[in-house]
Amino acid sequence: MSTEKLEFLDRSRHFWNPGKTQDWQDMGVDLVIDRREGYYLFDMDGRRLIDLHLNGGTYNLGHRHPELVEVLNAGARRFDMGNHHFPALARTALAEAMAACAPTPDLRYTAYGSGGGEAIDIALKTARHATQKRKIVSIIKGYHGHTGLAVKAGDERFSKLFLSEDTVGEFIQVPFNDLNAMEDALRGRDVAAVIMESIPATYGFPMPREGYLPGVKSLCERYDALYIADEVQTGLMRSGEMWCCTRYGVDPDIMVVGKGISGGMYPIAMALISERCGGWLKEDGFGHISTMGGAELGCIVAMKTLEIVQRPEVRTMVRFIADYLRAGLEKIRATYPDFFIGIRQHGLIMGLEFNHEQGAKPVMKHLYNNGVWAIFSTLDPRVLQFKPGVLLTQADAEEVLRRVEIAVDLARDEVQGRRRPH
Amino acid sequence: MEPQIRTLIDISGSQAALEGQADLVLERAQWASTVYQRFGRGQVQDIVDAVARRAHERAEHYAERAVEETGFGVVAHKKLKNEMTALPLVDYYRDHDYINPRVDTARKIVEIPRPAGVVFALLPSTNPVATLNYKVILALMTHNAIVLSPHPAARACCVDAARELSEAATAAGAPDGLVQVIERPTIPLVEVFMSSPKTRLILATGGNAMVRAAYSSSNPAIGVGPGNAPVLVDDSADINLAAKRIVESKSFDNSILCTNESVCITLPDADRRLRQAFSASRAHVCSPEEVERLRRLLFHPQGFNIECIGRDATWIAQEAGIRVPQNTLILVAPITQIGVEEPLSREKLCPVLSYLVARNLDQAIGQARAVLRLAGKGHSAAVHSMDESVTMAFASAVECYRVVVNAPCSQGAAGIGTGLPPTYTIGTGYFGRSTVGENIGPGHLVHWTRMAYRNDEPFGDYEGRGRAFEGALPEAPSDGVPGSPRAVTPASPGRPASAALPDREALRRMIAEELRDLLKK
Repeated sequence: MSTEKLEFLDRSRHFWNPGKTQDWQDMGVDLVIDRREGYYLFDMDGRRLIDLHLNGGTYNLGHRHPELVEVLNAGARRFDMGNHHFPALARTALAEAMAACAPTPDLRYTAYGSGGGEAIDIALKTARHATQKRKIVSIIKGYHGHTGLAVKAGDERFSKLFLSEDTVGEFIQVPFNDLNAMEDALRGRDVAAVIMESIPATYGFPMPREGYLPGVKSLCERYDALYIADEVQTGLMRSGEMWCCTRYGVDPDIMVVGKGISGGMYPIAMALISERCGGWLKEDGFGHISTMGGAELGCIVAMKTLEIVQRPEVRTMVRFIADYLRAGLEKIRATYPDFFIGIRQHGLIMGLEFNHEQGAKPVMKHLYNNGVWAIFSTLDPRVLQFKPGVLLTQADAEEVLRRVEIAVDLARDEVQGRRRPH
Repeated sequence: MEPQIRTLIDISGSQAALEGQADLVLERAQWASTVYQRFGRGQVQDIVDAVARRAHERAEHYAERAVEETGFGVVAHKKLKNEMTALPLVDYYRDHDYINPRVDTARKIVEIPRPAGVVFALLPSTNPVATLNYKVILALMTHNAIVLSPHPAARACCVDAARELSEAATAAGAPDGLVQVIERPTIPLVEVFMSSPKTRLILATGGNAMVRAAYSSSNPAIGVGPGNAPVLVDDSADINLAAKRIVESKSFDNSILCTNESVCITLPDADRRLRQAFSASRAHVCSPEEVERLRRLLFHPQGFNIECIGRDATWIAQEAGIRVPQNTLILVAPITQIGVEEPLSREKLCPVLSYLVARNLDQAIGQARAVLRLAGKGHSAAVHSMDESVTMAFASAVECYRVVVNAPCSQGAAGIGTGLPPTYTIGTGYFGRSTVGENIGPGHLVHWTRMAYRNDEPFGDYEGRGRAFEGALPEAPSDGVPGSPRAVTPASPGRPASAALPDREALRRMIAEELRDLLKK
């Protein structure tokens, strides 16, 4: 490590976030990202990493996609964030573009936040207003963000620390893939909404069993609860379709979009709301105010992001990338069957499962040392989040597989204590 | 109210947008080619056959569409060309293998085909669909993906034809994206495609500017320049047959093939008979005044009048104010000079043949060289003669790489009815500032990795040791989606397959357990 980096890390600990800065050093990942381009990150010491973390799909199209840079620059010559109180050209244009590609034409309105958490809060507030009920059901180990309501719907790790966990029984959590538990939670007809990540990301992408998500949706209908699809990580073609929930045959009442929609260039997120649920938008349109939510520059970038991901070439690419990586990963798995025990996959949403309760951490570290950046699942560290971008090149896909094979081998030796002499 | 897509900030003309578009198309092609290279020869041949069948079936439709859209050429002839670039092309190369390694035990060399991968192909307006068929089939024969760039004047018919061939390919099992077409080609966009590092080879058929741009792109390119074929008829030739063949060639698709004869050069002994023979073959030999009218119609100060490209002889005669019989197939324009001062000695993609009488054979050959010096270097020429000393002298002197003998040049130089490889891309070689001097064929889309052994040591045994072709990629599972395929994990390579089998004792136990279960029921 360069002296410049050592000195920088000290400053980072001192002025920014001592815990986070140090944790990465302890995990053997001394990454300080400097330059970035396409799916490459360059550490401040110059080392290149292929990005398979993508910040949960934020960099779905890669870092600083040239068309997004261009449209942001061009947009900045005409727009700024805009005045959030008034009808605005870019906000409505994006709302129309969202409605045009929504899973169902019912999702007509778009309400904006500046990030995914805020958009989740909008969705939950909307559900409460529409149903005049307070309870929210979510999944144990689900993850929806860190704002007021979103954090309560997620794992207590992030709420208790700030004494912000639910204390009045309004937020109920049930196990994933368990329809009986879900029915028990909904039976009292006092639930406003069920909020579901179509595939729970931070929980390591456990895949919904066949029929689970449509089953949840039917239960919602039976017990007068709304279904909120959290498509923050799974949307925008990552599943091979525009929205992952449609792959499972679910038409949500409210859908939350974030991360990738920003193109990684200008923060923006939104909740798509059906006519039936959007009563507050008529009753008191000022009900949710967000100065930076739906910033018009963000809208300009988001419209270009939507246009790019809907090109026919992207659909084909996703299929090639998914099939190719799967075939390669299966070969690696066959070589290390006692350590690399599972592949969870839906399109480019993938989790690699290892036979050790912290197994993904050494894999992450060895991948890092071998030029690939992929992160373990915070809420299930047996699983490595493996998130290739929708525009990954054939050459980089091959590079990824080559490096994964090396890293899995090293991690297995480390975990199983059979490190070979070098 | 329906939602509309409204572009507030339009960046479509920016370099970033052009590069973004090209990059996506070319990367999809790269993926498609990578997967396609897993296909064995049988699968490749099935795909090629399916595409050729579709091209053949649709030959007439796209001949009509091309004539309708461009105004160039003759439907019946375009149909023939569209067909020639379908099934006969595939049959011509059926025994050529560009997929499997070849073993040369004598030289102790093994050659493994390595396709270019992503071929970028420019299509001309003159022979749009025939060239399209031809380039697509060449690419598919050789494990390549292809991106087609139509000429703007023939855009619609090419886009539709390309889509049809792409559909036929995928229906026959080809990976998606193996055949792509640029739907809205513009010069800046085409330049971006040509200079992209993801383009591995450019096949440029078209105008000189486009071909030069292809060569300047920094990518490997096979460019094809314009023609301007001289044809020599000496008095040893069967004059009537020569006239008939030249008329047949000049009237074929109204001279739109760049291999068509431009200037007929003959000798005093044959002059009168040849004129009579032309007249007898439905050619109109023009008077000096009519020649002047033709000159004014065909050549503007800026060059050839594109309105006349591929028009038939009677249309041209009428426009020029020349009275000819309705069945006239070509116009013969006697001239006295070759060179910059005589526009009629340049390339004419219409059924007008310039005609010059040289004093003797040496002068005739000198004039033929002058024709090609003016335009069409490296392209084609023809000679009609029964005297091999004449044909040899002519062919060794003219600066071009195809000289057809006693045959129509339009068809013959393109490999129709001659032993030359059938092609719609004529290599103009070093004379024509190109890399390739042959008729372009599938072989030009592949390079070979050559394994070589020492001469004085034994060669390895490669008999029956082909490349492994795994075929299409298995579809990755979409976990939890009804009907999604299940993953197949290959057997662990670290362990021999037999070790995974239960041993005899374990087997006996299993059988015993099964029996017990059966007895319980």
